[in-house]
Amino acid sequence: MTEIIAPAKQFGELRLDGVGRSFGEANALTDLSLTIEQGEFIALLGPSGCGKSTALNCLAGLLPLTHGAIWQDDKRIDMTRPEKRGFGMVFQNYALFPHMSIRKNVAFGLEMRKTPSAEIKERVAEAIELVHLEDQATKLPGQLSGGQQQRVAIARAVVLRPPLVLMDEPLSNLDAKLRLEMRTQIRRLHQALDLTTVYVTHDQEEALSLADRLVVLRLGRVQQIGTPRELYSRPANAFVADFMGYRNLLKAQVTAVDGKRVVANVSGLEVHATAMGDLKVGDAIIVGVRPDDLKVVAPGGTSEGLLVDGMVEVVEYQGREMVAEVRLPNRLALTVRTDQDLRPGARISVAAEADRTLAFADDNTVTRVPDLGVTPVAVAGGAS
Amino acid sequence: MSAGALPATAVPAEPRGAWRHRMADRGIDRTLWLLLPAVIFVVALFVYPFLYGLSLSLTPNAGDTGIFSNYAKFFADSYYSSTIWLTLRLAIPATLFNTLASVPFAYWMRGRFPGKRAVTTMLVVPITLGTVLTAEGLLNFLGNAGWLNRFLMLIHVIDAPLKLTYNYWGVFLSLILSGFPFAFLLILSYTSGIDPTLERAASTLGASPWQRFMRITLPLLAPGLATTFSLAFVMAFSVFPSAMMLGNPHGEEHVIAIAAYEQAYTYYNYNYASAIAMVMGAVELLVIAAVQALRRTFYIGTTGGKGA
Repeated sequence: MTEIIAPAKQFGELRLDGVGRSFGEANALTDLSLTIEQGEFIALLGPSGCGKSTALNCLAGLLPLTHGAIWQDDKRIDMTRPEKRGFGMVFQNYALFPHMSIRKNVAFGLEMRKTPSAEIKERVAEAIELVHLEDQATKLPGQLSGGQQQRVAIARAVVLRPPLVLMDEPLSNLDAKLRLEMRTQIRRLHQALDLTTVYVTHDQEEALSLADRLVVLRLGRVQQIGTPRELYSRPANAFVADFMGYRNLLKAQVTAVDGKRVVANVSGLEVHATAMGDLKVGDAIIVGVRPDDLKVVAPGGTSEGLLVDGMVEVVEYQGREMVAEVRLPNRLALTVRTDQDLRPGARISVAAEADRTLAFADDNTVTRVPDLGVTPVAVAGGAS
Repeated sequence: MSAGALPATAVPAEPRGAWRHRMADRGIDRTLWLLLPAVIFVVALFVYPFLYGLSLSLTPNAGDTGIFSNYAKFFADSYYSSTIWLTLRLAIPATLFNTLASVPFAYWMRGRFPGKRAVTTMLVVPITLGTVLTAEGLLNFLGNAGWLNRFLMLIHVIDAPLKLTYNYWGVFLSLILSGFPFAFLLILSYTSGIDPTLERAASTLGASPWQRFMRITLPLLAPGLATTFSLAFVMAFSVFPSAMMLGNPHGEEHVIAIAAYEQAYTYYNYNYASAIAMVMGAVELLVIAAVQALRRTFYIGTTGGKGA
């Protein structure tokens, strides 16, 4: 089924060399260096304004660079206009041509390349089949649902067998259920066609599940590049940890250092953690623990990492598991994911292993609204 | 109510307000009263004058018979019937020019750039001057001893002054000067209503700037062009002051508005004048109908942008 579209046009590697883009005084993207191998799925991840879309537009040629260069094997392409680069792009708002039928939309790029009409017909039919829209081929984009339009946009990009497909938050306008389905479809397409893909998103779950490698950006600067596993278990700094689901990020101070282990004082609570980077006694740090790594333990238990008593304040039911917010004696709150049936007001102990409790230098990149919970009166009421 | 005539026990009483709900479903509810001021306005200032004019035009003058006598007179007298053609040959080329010339300007100005406001202001100023002032300015500028002719003779492009006033070209240029800003403003709103990512998408699919314009922008702009043409045409077809001042109002630029004016205020023949006005309206309607029929052949719908 995918013979005509695949294999994608081959290239060895695409190299971004110190790529930067400034708008006047403002640097939207600074010094991005990245080598993309053929067939790789790269996700650019970060909050809005982090430069991920800028990076994508620079790759597409829609935005000229102000610094650095882009190389496709040994050919420098950063001065090449977008229509000559031949990269496929999927836009956040789909950008389907509203006056053309689905078939015409998908055929557009082939027509621009002066492909023989018999071949256009064949390849368009196949691309439409690939995204399961055979029944909709003669309709106008306005007659399709958001998810269908998104699939047309993907078909329109991949029908050209582009050496590189760029996707700019393609799922952000879809509802949660459709987003999951489309995520699987995108991954399947990538595998079937061996498409080299650069995918921009602000959704860490999407990035982790799709990408071979992630690039986390903040304020136009790369924070970390690595595989999902690397980023998930060993985030380089507190900002990346925040993005990777370390919901418990607590300000603390180093009181002792022993190799990779540090002892930290978290508002009076002593915690043993694993140092990410060089830390010394007295450093201001952020201690990060994922909700899944916190365990609810019997009172009086021991733990070599973190152990604290608290009171369950809010419980969210999430199917197999519960997510509970636990208020500590020092007024801080921890988010715990557990399969135990917790009730608001219950007094529990939570623990985490020192290996799973990470200590990052506090570079002021994580700003959380100070969460002090509801008034003590209400808490007391719930506890009774 | 009719339900009251039936035995109250036989028919289950309709829930209170059901009728009102049914009407509201069809968009009929109390908020419709908000339309009243507009309805009064339209009836008083358009419907009534129009019907009054229509009835005047169908009233024969002394010595004539038949309700169409005024129309018959118009089409029998070539000095009058020719006004249709004389006006069309001014209005259609001028409107075409204004509409088409606006497209590149509006296309170029669709994005944001420094100085956009200044350029827009410059292009739009003529609309604020009014036709009479524009016509007077053009008389000075285009006349035999005007700046244009003097300049062209100074640089030896021409030996004798070009005749650009009191003829077709004077009126034509005046229609362009006053009609262009109007067409430009309308087209600008249509071009900025087209989602700019469509063109970006086309460029990643390999379309050159010219292909992007021809395949994406122009088809999406077509309905806007038709509307702009229709509105600009109606304005140009009712040309009056510039034809009086810059043309030959009793000869080649004897436009239809002048004909109606003559009958009304020189001969005080309101009935005949009304008939001419009706003919004028009919010609405008015909042209607009033709343009709108053409428009049907294009895509009509959203253009993706915020202004659409």
